[in-house]
Amino acid sequence: MDLNEAQGAVLRYLNDAGAQFQKLPGSAIILRYIRSSYQNDPIRSAVELFLFLFAVRYLLAPSYSTQKQKHVALTEEEIDELVDDWTPEPLVAAPTAFEEIENEKRPVIVGPSGPKSKLSNGRTVTNLASYNFYNFVANDTLKEKAIQTLRTYGVGPCGPPGFYGTQDVHMKIEADVAAHLGVPACIIYAQSFSTISSVIPSFSKRGDIIVADKAVNFAIRKGLQISRSTIRWFEHNDMEDLERVLARVVKEQAKKPLTRRFIVTEALFENVGDLTNLPRLIELKLKYKFRLIVDETWSFGVLGRTGRGITEAQNVDPNEVDMIIGSLSGPLCAAGGFCAGTGEVVEHQRISSSSYTFSAALPAFLATTASETIALLQEHPDIMERLRENIKALRAQLDPRSDWVRCTSSVDSPIMLLVLKPEVVASKNLSLQDQEQLLQDVVDECIANGVLITRLKAMPVALGANPNDQSWHPQPAIKVCVTNGLTKKEVEKAGVVIRHAITKIVTRRK
Amino acid sequence: MPSGNVIPLSSNTTPSSDAMNEKKEQTRRTSFSKVNKFTSLFAGSPKAKDAAKLREALIAQQQALLNSPSPAQIQSSTLSLPTINLTTATGEKMPAEPKTLFQPPSPEESRRIARAHAQFGPLGSQSHRYTSQFTGEFAEPVEDEPPYYFLLTTYISYLILIAFGHVRDFFGKRFRKEHYSHLAERDGYAPLNSDFDNFYTRRLKMRINDCFSRPITGVPGRFITLLDRTSDDGNNTFKLTGTTTETLNMSSYNYLGFAQSDGPCADAAEQAIKKQGITMASPRSDSGTSDLTLEVEDLIAKFVGKPAAMVFSMGFVTNATTFPTLVGKGCLLISDELNHASIRYGARLSGAVIEMFKHNDMNHLERLLREVISQGQPRTHRPWKKILVVVEGLYSMEGTMCNLPALIALKKKYKFNLFIDEAHSVGALGPQGRGVCDYFGIDPSEVDILMGTLTKSFGANGGYIAAEKSIIDKLRTQNAAMLFAESPSPPVLIQIASSLRIIIGEIVPGQGEERLQRLAFNSRYLRLGLKRLGFIIYGHDDSPIIPLLLYNPAKMPAFSHEMLKRKISVVVVGYPATPLVSSRARFCVSAAHTKDDLDRMLAACDEVGDLLQLKFSSGIAGGADGLGEGVSQKEEATGPNKNFVPPRWRLEDVLKRGVDDVQHPLR
Repeated sequence: MDLNEAQGAVLRYLNDAGAQFQKLPGSAIILRYIRSSYQNDPIRSAVELFLFLFAVRYLLAPSYSTQKQKHVALTEEEIDELVDDWTPEPLVAAPTAFEEIENEKRPVIVGPSGPKSKLSNGRTVTNLASYNFYNFVANDTLKEKAIQTLRTYGVGPCGPPGFYGTQDVHMKIEADVAAHLGVPACIIYAQSFSTISSVIPSFSKRGDIIVADKAVNFAIRKGLQISRSTIRWFEHNDMEDLERVLARVVKEQAKKPLTRRFIVTEALFENVGDLTNLPRLIELKLKYKFRLIVDETWSFGVLGRTGRGITEAQNVDPNEVDMIIGSLSGPLCAAGGFCAGTGEVVEHQRISSSSYTFSAALPAFLATTASETIALLQEHPDIMERLRENIKALRAQLDPRSDWVRCTSSVDSPIMLLVLKPEVVASKNLSLQDQEQLLQDVVDECIANGVLITRLKAMPVALGANPNDQSWHPQPAIKVCVTNGLTKKEVEKAGVVIRHAITKIVTRRK
Repeated sequence: MPSGNVIPLSSNTTPSSDAMNEKKEQTRRTSFSKVNKFTSLFAGSPKAKDAAKLREALIAQQQALLNSPSPAQIQSSTLSLPTINLTTATGEKMPAEPKTLFQPPSPEESRRIARAHAQFGPLGSQSHRYTSQFTGEFAEPVEDEPPYYFLLTTYISYLILIAFGHVRDFFGKRFRKEHYSHLAERDGYAPLNSDFDNFYTRRLKMRINDCFSRPITGVPGRFITLLDRTSDDGNNTFKLTGTTTETLNMSSYNYLGFAQSDGPCADAAEQAIKKQGITMASPRSDSGTSDLTLEVEDLIAKFVGKPAAMVFSMGFVTNATTFPTLVGKGCLLISDELNHASIRYGARLSGAVIEMFKHNDMNHLERLLREVISQGQPRTHRPWKKILVVVEGLYSMEGTMCNLPALIALKKKYKFNLFIDEAHSVGALGPQGRGVCDYFGIDPSEVDILMGTLTKSFGANGGYIAAEKSIIDKLRTQNAAMLFAESPSPPVLIQIASSLRIIIGEIVPGQGEERLQRLAFNSRYLRLGLKRLGFIIYGHDDSPIIPLLLYNPAKMPAFSHEMLKRKISVVVVGYPATPLVSSRARFCVSAAHTKDDLDRMLAACDEVGDLLQLKFSSGIAGGADGLGEGVSQKEEATGPNKNFVPPRWRLEDVLKRGVDDVQHPLR
């Protein structure tokens, strides 16, 4: 090919291209833009071209993660070698001596649980370790009703509430609990333990603020953890500290967009046993515009004239509390938990509370049992009177008369937590571990003498976490649960056994 | 004898197509008449009357049980009963069959049998059985795709829904402020639900809310009784009308049909209530452990083939509390992207680093493993303390199984620990119902931890973990559910124990096997039938979870309503439980279903599928027409002319060929 010819072809091609470009809609605008930007200044055009190219490159560049920056490039052989070298730790660590003892000594009940239970070693003991406060487990009418339900509904509901797992009995128990408490609505969970750890994250999300008591139970802690909210703690049951924390939060957040704010606390503390001051909490919550979540797991069915819980005991309108979480599994001798509040609060949980949405519903016979036991509490407030008599009798045997332990529980609580007195701990120089061990010995001694009691279980520490940096932990305690199934005499007798066991074990320890 | 005395209606001989039609009609009438009979027992009567009737029925049941203790007898008598019911209930002329030879039972007895059959249907023919076992090579189920038209309309539908939602919000917020007050700041309180988060629920889910959370009464067995309800405020609130509808239950996780209010399990549970009480009223570690608990743990351990096991009172909590005991800081948890919410919950609580791999994609998992092991922990590059791979045995929304053989091979190479959540697979898979290990013929000791729920196949409640004794011992001292949560209640434990004993054949020998094989047959039969009719179905062939793809969001309520009209209750699921486009209906097959039930189901799907334009499979996922002359299955699959014909079988042909074809590899 001739050079001229080629030149001509190129020129023709360029002309054609120019003509085509003129024909393009908008080409005039582009030309005008280039001309006006050129302004006899080639550097100006060069900068614009550079910016244009950079934008194209930026848009076409693959997205990259900031994490991969520390990525070390390795060859396949090196990876194989590393894979071969890697030896994982065993899935669980070797058991500690204390864990071994715990596994060995866990009481196993043969036959029904009751005020007198038979253990697997053949002995019959007085059972002061179960939440059977009103001895509903021995109630034949309840059993009869449960059997009727079983014969109508079978055992399990075979599905989550959203997919044909909501039975009429569930709707009934929801209405029963709401009516008993005197709030508009209620939702039933299949297990009490999982209730609050699911309720909290369904409302409180990242960026929201939760102010919680330092001594709250394990389930609440897990709920707080999963919510990823900002957590502020206040000193256990210290309303002045709470006010300080609330005021600080309000001040800090004044400039920021409004987020949801909650106060989370327990009515009757699982780890300490004392009561919260609900009227004061309501006052503070209204003053600082927080919502209040109260865990009544240990107080529903226990406090108040008809067992409505702390709202009844302290004369507070339950509608002032935004969410009341309670248990049907303890004193009510059924199973499951509930969250009561306004219709809005309840309906929101039906789709966004994970342990409600993603779990099978409560077995029907347990739902009807709970309905029945609530009716019993309403109709027979005298059983609560009897329980209080028994509590008083047992407490008199343990608290004022022991040199070694004191009871941290409220006088109304049927769960008595006995902790070693500070002077005992100091004089014998007992670490937490020592106290646990000592109290376990007391429990063993009591069982040997025919009284089944138990320890307050320490909250499990997360794997890999430093066991010493947990900011708050409960003081090791003995847990003694009172029951109506025993006469006052029997209760007192059991109290004497426990007191003597404590004295024997603690004095033996140098 | 039971197999000989088969109702001619449900026999699987191949009658002419006319006969087939007639049969279909009759079958449906049969179940309807039963429906009337059964519902009349409970429906619409005030509580007290109900209770009295219940008690009556209860006494009748117990008497009847005393009269006929042998299961074989019950079976033979139950087989011929529906025909009698039919004639007495509808008042039609007597059928020509010598059914009158059978002395009609007393009214109580017949009521009891009708009730029992509404919970667990009788086996129509011995040919309606199949053994669920893995054969050949693990193949990912082919996922068919709909024509682009449907994908496009699906996206457009969502656009329209969202646009309408915003328009309604725009005007609503201006003219009906009181309805929106909960989404705005109120005297210094931030709204409980943010406007944005709530939009999907408020504007999309609320439209079809009547398809969810339908309340029921009675046993969720073969049939399920819905409480009818209406809404006059756009599904915001519902009112019960007081009537009930008995529907065919394709929705409950009642795989082996143990949701029963009579029979050996319920009898045992009743005894447990009498003897052991309703509850232990204490956490496991205080005084909530009974000899019964240990017995059940032992049974479960033996059943799944592990040295030890532990039971929990709730399946969700089993996962939520177990992961924090196993992994923590410095550990890595690799999870399938479709794992259940409880696994994610537990994983987040544990504090371990979490990585995800694509659903069932073993190549992706291997790439990920090589990457994470070679790179070590982020930032520090320290080696991981341990790596736990978590998969489910059977995925509840997809109907797919985990690729266990490949996982085991990877495990040997990369030394990670394997956790399998058998929530849906235990009881439902394997020749002995022992889950995925049994199904794939893999020694359970190859898997570190087998978790499962007791809610589904066993008709009870709760969950279990089965593993080496050292692991279980650790869990018993460190697991939060053991320390603080309520213990499983004795009747629930007994239900678990007796259903397990039935499955392994310790009590009522033969029944467990029948349940397992019926479930496997039913699963394959329905799946094959639906594929042949032209629906897009996901999942593995032996899986009792059968998702039928609907795509367009409006088809979810339409499908649900149409099925309800035909007295079948189904679950429909859409976003966010599934990807946005692939809304689906999910059927859970049960051993309690009879072939007639499934035929009824297929007929209903056939009609509804035509009505709603749901038959758009391309044929790549199976359901193809018969093999050509002299071509074996293998040749066809690998042959050069592998051209797919969209399967659009006629219902009669599907029903005619189904029973035989189920026994061969599905295609």
